[in-house]
Amino acid sequence: MSQLTYREAVRHALAEELTRDPNVVVMGEEVGQFQGAYKVTQGLLEKFGPKRVADTPISEAGFIGMGIGASMLGVRPVMELMFWSFYSVAFDQILNNAANVRYMSGGQINCPIVIRGPANGGTNVGATHSHTPENILAAHPGVKVVVPSTPYDAKGLLKSAIRDNDPVFFLENTVLYGEKGEVPDEEYLIPLGKADVKREGKDLTIVTYGRPVIQSLVAAELLAKEHDISVEVVDLRTIRPLDIDTVLASVRKTHRVLVVEEQKPFCGVGAQLTYMIQAEAFDDLDAPIGRLCTIDAPAIYSPPVEAEQLPNPQRILKAALALLD
Amino acid sequence: MSKKPSATIEQKPTASSTSHSQAPINAALTQAQKIGLFSQMVRIRRFEERSHRAYTGKNAAGGANIGGFLHLYNGQEAIAVGCCSLMGKHDHVITAYRDHGHAIAVGMDTKALMAELYGKVTGCSKGKGGSMHFFSPERNYWGGHGIVGGQIPLGVGLAYGVKYKGHKGSAMAFMGDGAVNQGAVHEAYNLAALWNLPCIFVIENNGYSMGTSQARSSAGDLAKRAEGYGMAWGVCEGHDVYEVRATMDKFLNIAREECKPAVVEIRTYRYRGHSVADPDNTYRTKTEIEEYRRTKDPIQVFQTALIAEGVLSTESAEKIDEAARAEAEAAADFADASPYPTPEDIQKDVYWESDNPDQRTSQGRLFFN
Ligand SMILES: Cc1ncc(C[n+]2csc(CCOP(=O)(O)OP(=O)(O)O)c2C)c(N)n1
Ligand SMILES: [Mg+2]
Repeated sequence: MSQLTYREAVRHALAEELTRDPNVVVMGEEVGQFQGAYKVTQGLLEKFGPKRVADTPISEAGFIGMGIGASMLGVRPVMELMFWSFYSVAFDQILNNAANVRYMSGGQINCPIVIRGPANGGTNVGATHSHTPENILAAHPGVKVVVPSTPYDAKGLLKSAIRDNDPVFFLENTVLYGEKGEVPDEEYLIPLGKADVKREGKDLTIVTYGRPVIQSLVAAELLAKEHDISVEVVDLRTIRPLDIDTVLASVRKTHRVLVVEEQKPFCGVGAQLTYMIQAEAFDDLDAPIGRLCTIDAPAIYSPPVEAEQLPNPQRILKAALALLD
Repeated sequence: MSKKPSATIEQKPTASSTSHSQAPINAALTQAQKIGLFSQMVRIRRFEERSHRAYTGKNAAGGANIGGFLHLYNGQEAIAVGCCSLMGKHDHVITAYRDHGHAIAVGMDTKALMAELYGKVTGCSKGKGGSMHFFSPERNYWGGHGIVGGQIPLGVGLAYGVKYKGHKGSAMAFMGDGAVNQGAVHEAYNLAALWNLPCIFVIENNGYSMGTSQARSSAGDLAKRAEGYGMAWGVCEGHDVYEVRATMDKFLNIAREECKPAVVEIRTYRYRGHSVADPDNTYRTKTEIEEYRRTKDPIQVFQTALIAEGVLSTESAEKIDEAARAEAEAAADFADASPYPTPEDIQKDVYWESDNPDQRTSQGRLFFN
């Protein structure tokens, strides 16, 4: 085991897969010479050369589309979006081409592409740079969506994503890039679509993913210490495919659920989850399902207020207490 | 509806094709190859005429044979046939929704194409793509795309793939004269030029994007925009298959040998409405259509040239036409007799993984209903 940052874990996954498979290429804005806008790809250009690690112009539609086209020929591009927020200018390529081309061709084509980059609020960069599009992406059959919360998960899931034969959208988090965690020295993979119980408990299940996992663990600790409440934290890790079975098993154990997501509430991932939980475990519920989201407005800039707009341990704690009332 | 569609190929063109017939790529053609090119153009014309009849007619149950849009290629045949006739093992093609001609030109089975129009499971995309979404990866044909200009970055990706794998090849990315104004096209131009990718951007300029003429939609010359990206460019006439081949051969060789992209505008004309159901009299005159057909019909131009060369006789041309009609008729019969996909087929061909369950590595639910 080594202590690695989330950033290093992603970098190691990229390096290992670049080494393993000559068809893997890393492309994006500033991924090479600049060493990555968030230094995720630091050192990769030196190690693998410009054929494997390529700097693109600021043309998300152009280079994402190019990656999708190349993937149809069996290249396995890992495309970095400097921020997932910029998905909007490549939306047509992502959804009409990556997501639909297999279907429209009657299964003759597949696109083994990964698009990765950070998707989060909390860094005071305002509404244009704080989008969390996992719900919008996952709404499209044909794609897979991964949102890892820890260095261990980020590495194992990214390696699986790169080996996956369908398009995988991998949403990281700039706030987590510097967070450290244990990562095995030997190679490992984490299958997509497998949730992880990050903390066991018996009174309440928090279902969450991404940075709110970390915040929920803090809240769970406070709830245990200050309120003697035992919280189970289920980290989805992958939004699509979705490990609903692990969620339901936890619900059947605790009978109360709070869904926490760094998303606006309307048609968010939690809307789908809460629907599925009530449909499949109605009789196991002792209370209406709770939901804690980013407060429903464009991302506010004002630093202290943005922290309140997003999920945070205090907001999670309050929402949990309200549910247990 | 007459059984024998309009006599387009019986008219005498005034445009000639002799000047380009001596280009090396054309001089090298055998008689059989020339007849092959001619047949393909005729087959496309008859396929389109037959699909038009199917679209406007009714099936045995009184319903529509073909749903949605149907963008016909009549008038533009020499482009797809000329370009695709130059394809080698590592040359790839991608186009927009006016994709039937390219599909036939790369060698797809017209039965499977017609069945796709009919939404049948025997269609080239199992009835999941429709008219705008024909694909045949085994023939290096990557669609068939419905979003104007959206296929062009994919074309650059194909060229990137060819280069990455060290193949000597190219990608021809076709688009209409309206598509040149899409941002994604310009991003793709820049990438192809910047990275020296073997991509030929082919603008099939038929004068209109739906009902908007080129003059009303585009500032400046279309292909010349390549200069802004330091790319080579060219313009040629699309009614003469010899000229299309001679022009494209030059740029394809540069792409294959030097890994350089180019923009080629090929001037052409479409005879039918934008899509079959669209009105066709609000933005152009019948006279304009008739004038083009009379003077520049690509099939008639080539037929006249081949007769003059002694390669073809009126009788053999007639035979080829008969065969093409019979083929289109057989395709329609096949489509008509084929079954539709079942509701169980709806969720197939969505994920590679769910189609290959024995090789699935992910877990969890992929579908939500
Ligand atoms: C992004 C987008 N905008 C609009 C349309 C609707 N549309 C389909 S074809 C077309 C005209 C395109 O004309 P052109 O590129 O010249 O091709 P042609 O139809 O002449 O082959 C339009 C506006 C579309 N499919 N996609
Ligand atoms: Mg046009």
